Amino acid sequence: MIKAVLVMNTQGKPRLAKFYEFQPVEQQQEAIRNVFSVLCSRPEHVSNFVDAESFFGPDSRLVYKHFATLYFVFIFDSSENELAMLDLIQVFVETLDKCFRNVCELDIVFNYSKLHTILDEIILGGQVLETSSTEVMKAIEEIARCFLFPFWFFTWSFFFT
Amino acid sequence: MAGSSIMENLFQRSLEDMIKSMRLQLIGETTFISKATEEIRREIKSTDQQTKSTALQKLSYLSAVHGVDMSWASFHVVEVMSSSKFAHKRIGYHAASQSFNDDTPVLLLITNQLRKDLSSTNEFEVSLALDLLSRIATVDLARDLTPEVFKLLSTTKVFVRKKAIAVVLRVFDKYPDAVRVCFKRLVENLESSDPLVVTAVIGVFCELAAKDPRSYLPLAPEFYRILVDSKNNWVLIKVLKVFAKLAPLEYRLGKRIVEPVCDHMRRSGAKSLVFECVRTVLTSLSDYESAVKLAVEKVRELVVDQDPNLRYLGLQALSVAVPKHLWAVLENKEAVVKSLSDDDLNIKIESLRLLMAMVSDSHVADISRVLLNYALKSDPGFCNEILDSILRTCSRNLYEIVVDFDWYVSLLGEMATIPNCQKGEEIETQLVDIGMRVKDARMELVRVGRDLLIDPALLGNVHLQRILCAAAWVAGEYVEFASNPLELMDALLQPRTSLLPPSIRAVYINSVLKILIFCLDCYLLQNDGSGSLYSGNLEGEQSELFSAKNDTEATELATCGGSNDEQDVGFNPRNTADSSEDLSVENGIDRVATHGKTFTSTGVGRKNFMHESIVSLLNRIELIFGPLITNQDVEVLERAQNILSLVQLIKEEIIDNSVQSVDTVEKKDTRVSTVINLMRDAFTTELGPISVSAQGRVAVPEGLVLKENLDELQAICGDTELSSSSSFAIGGPHGTPISDASSSNLLQNEELGPLNESTSLIEHRKRHGLYYLPSEKSEIVPDGYPRANDPKSNSNINDEAAELVKLTEQSLLMKKRTNQTKPRPVVVKLDDGDLAPISVKRPEPRDDSLSGAIQDVLLGSESGPSVSRSYPSNKSSRKQKEKKKLSTNGRSEMNENAVDSEKPDPESANSSSKNHGHSKERKHRGKEKIVEGEEHDQEGKKKSGHRHGRRKTHHRAKSPLSVASQTPVIPDFLL
Repeated sequence: MIKAVLVMNTQGKPRLAKFYEFQPVEQQQEAIRNVFSVLCSRPEHVSNFVDAESFFGPDSRLVYKHFATLYFVFIFDSSENELAMLDLIQVFVETLDKCFRNVCELDIVFNYSKLHTILDEIILGGQVLETSSTEVMKAIEEIARCFLFPFWFFTWSFFFT
Repeated sequence: MAGSSIMENLFQRSLEDMIKSMRLQLIGETTFISKATEEIRREIKSTDQQTKSTALQKLSYLSAVHGVDMSWASFHVVEVMSSSKFAHKRIGYHAASQSFNDDTPVLLLITNQLRKDLSSTNEFEVSLALDLLSRIATVDLARDLTPEVFKLLSTTKVFVRKKAIAVVLRVFDKYPDAVRVCFKRLVENLESSDPLVVTAVIGVFCELAAKDPRSYLPLAPEFYRILVDSKNNWVLIKVLKVFAKLAPLEYRLGKRIVEPVCDHMRRSGAKSLVFECVRTVLTSLSDYESAVKLAVEKVRELVVDQDPNLRYLGLQALSVAVPKHLWAVLENKEAVVKSLSDDDLNIKIESLRLLMAMVSDSHVADISRVLLNYALKSDPGFCNEILDSILRTCSRNLYEIVVDFDWYVSLLGEMATIPNCQKGEEIETQLVDIGMRVKDARMELVRVGRDLLIDPALLGNVHLQRILCAAAWVAGEYVEFASNPLELMDALLQPRTSLLPPSIRAVYINSVLKILIFCLDCYLLQNDGSGSLYSGNLEGEQSELFSAKNDTEATELATCGGSNDEQDVGFNPRNTADSSEDLSVENGIDRVATHGKTFTSTGVGRKNFMHESIVSLLNRIELIFGPLITNQDVEVLERAQNILSLVQLIKEEIIDNSVQSVDTVEKKDTRVSTVINLMRDAFTTELGPISVSAQGRVAVPEGLVLKENLDELQAICGDTELSSSSSFAIGGPHGTPISDASSSNLLQNEELGPLNESTSLIEHRKRHGLYYLPSEKSEIVPDGYPRANDPKSNSNINDEAAELVKLTEQSLLMKKRTNQTKPRPVVVKLDDGDLAPISVKRPEPRDDSLSGAIQDVLLGSESGPSVSRSYPSNKSSRKQKEKKKLSTNGRSEMNENAVDSEKPDPESANSSSKNHGHSKERKHRGKEKIVEGEEHDQEGKKKSGHRHGRRKTHHRAKSPLSVASQTPVIPDFLL
């Protein structure tokens, strides 16, 4: 299963942190700092895997991708395929890109809630549920509609159309 | 009130406002955050839902991104969760999933809210509740909400169903009894036509199977169908993961899946799937030659790929293959060696591991040499990786692959001089260990130790201090092999030793003592040899005599000793009466004889202890150790004190010797030599390796009750540690008067003091064995040393790489060659395999009750005792205990005796139409139970031992027969 999803910028500022196993905030921050200290020391064009057992306990792997000013980091265990996780980062970023049209760091800074909604559609409780960014977008749009109208209105409008 | 809340609302900063102002703040981030938190604390108390939820949103942002504690707000979270507005509700749920844990007190309050939302008609509300449940479900929540989750497992809305399936994992984990309710529906979802649902279910099974694969063997047919039919790579990867766990448990399962797996490997274009196939084959299907060949072929493609990720994973796959298929690595050795000079640290380390896996005794020296050169040029991190892997490989199985220990010891010495070396502790351990285990290596050890000790530059390097500690110990313990003990003494006494931490300093001091005793012993021995001729000009003559004596054989030595005695008699009649003196001479000769072979070659040079040199040695010891009696460290202080008093005693007599008359000389010298002899005898006992299980062999004295659980000691220990350290601290000041007193008393106590000391030393050694090697860790000091080497040039690396390729190429040819010019020295091994530390018993899987429940569901709980058929007997009893526990929990217990009992399934009536496939299965259980019961008797046989629900009809009919014919029934799995 997936243990955590982190997004941080190249200065080490966290932009999104989601841990699927409960951890106290201090530990979370510690983990983020540790991960960043490893990531920032890695040169470009090397493999995307990092040994994470020292930060996240045994049977932890870490895969990251570097886009512009952001690192996207997934921490997972041996029940996941490494390359599939790399693809999943791609799916996540693609979805963000579709959602924000040419996503940049600022979008991620200011759309904290939306980011979580997107991630929750892809991963639930550490399980990958959706791997198609189109499907995720559909769900996001429907949830957004749910925001705009009260629930009863939503269902009634459904009836009339 | 309403007005104020509107005002609040209007002037409240939204999350976006807060983020904006945080980016523009000038007061520093922490101050800003604490101000914002203050603001939130105010706002969150508002009665207005909008204000409250916005405040909560801001708080959860600060908590997730900036690590602000939000546990204080848990009640507000519950309030916002229960809001009727979806937007608020969502904020509440998000905050809850982020901050709630098992210890959150308000968890009790949310059960009803969750139940309501799980039954909501708005699928997004349901999905919020499911998401929360997947993160925070506790035993209580899981138990109370199982019916709701169960309903959702068969909902028509895929969007909700897939989430419900994922939640099941957490529910099972927390509340194993939910299996009885939900498991069947979960299995049904495996057959769903919707790929999303199948992805979710197979993901859940992958997690479940990782913990306890055996319980899921009965589902193999379903998994097999997915493996063959599915086109979805995600699903296939997960199914492969499941099979990788199941295949080792059941031989015929492997036979069935090996073809489809190879098929996927050949056809699939998705690298992730191919890699998963490769891994599955190499881990779980490694007996299938053709499959492994295909997998290795694929690995080769990966290893030479452009993409560093694939190269890395390819190397990882190879390392999986090492234990069973070393040939796979050897085939790819060129790529492996090439990877050693990759830019990527991951790849370098992986290839280093593989390289060390390939090493054999015939070329370990060459490869280590090249790697060491490589290490010199690498950055510190990788350099230490290299050193670490060399150390680990060579010490594997008690230095299994090391033939030439002289080479290995000098290699260790060389490693110590690499500027980036941080492996001091490991090298220390190995130096000492080799000293104790390999007699033949001691001479070289002392030589290497001398080289290390003598170099003053090494003393300042914190990483090397542990090695110096070992070198000092070796020099002291095996001083008889030293070519020049005085030189060792110089090295140990050099002023820069003050840079060493006290623990290592103490070892140094003790080594000085040992060497001093050795020197004095030799000195006295040589003087005895020629009677009491102390004048320096006769020294040369005497030593000639002595060395001649050494060359003769032991028997002659005895007679020689006798003749010496006679000579003594002639010279000084007093001596004959002195039997102890006589004895000591005999002892000395014996000792010379035992070490004779190694001694005599170097004996001539170093036995020549001039009187002057001994005196100057004693003087220097006094000079250097004098200041140490005010040392803060008790260990250093005490040892220095001991040695100083000894020196004072000896010095007095020896210096007096040259002046005073022969008579007194003889008398006093006798006393000194008695002391020296006693101490020397104390040091001659050889130290051997200690078995890891040694402690276990010590019988527990009668009447001593050992507590199993020492937790309560913790509190006490914390106190005593503190107090003891403080008492040590005041030990320093205390030490000074004592030492003063003792040094003044020394003249009177000169007889008693040293004797006591030596006996107490014997005691120490007897009791503590390796007392002289303190094992406390040296404090970690950040590496302040600059890189010694400039960045490596590429051509150089390629040369190295080429050389390595050559070497590894040779490795195949050289395997047969026996280039052992000299036999491998004996390595002391202890009978009970001291290499394997007592294997820590793996803790039993925590979810034992889960697997028990699953087996019950899959196999019918009626077959209570037979469930445990393939388990050790204790497991069944535990399971029964488990069951009892569950029944006390208030669940309706299974009717264990009823053959056809219905599950306590709240929905069973409704779902019976869906279950008809399974109810068929259930009907057959009666028969199966009989079969299994009979098989139970044959438990001793190595039956693959899995029960499962699905058997072909004719199998079932046959099974009693096959039981009779003593071949256990192994039903065909995948039909």
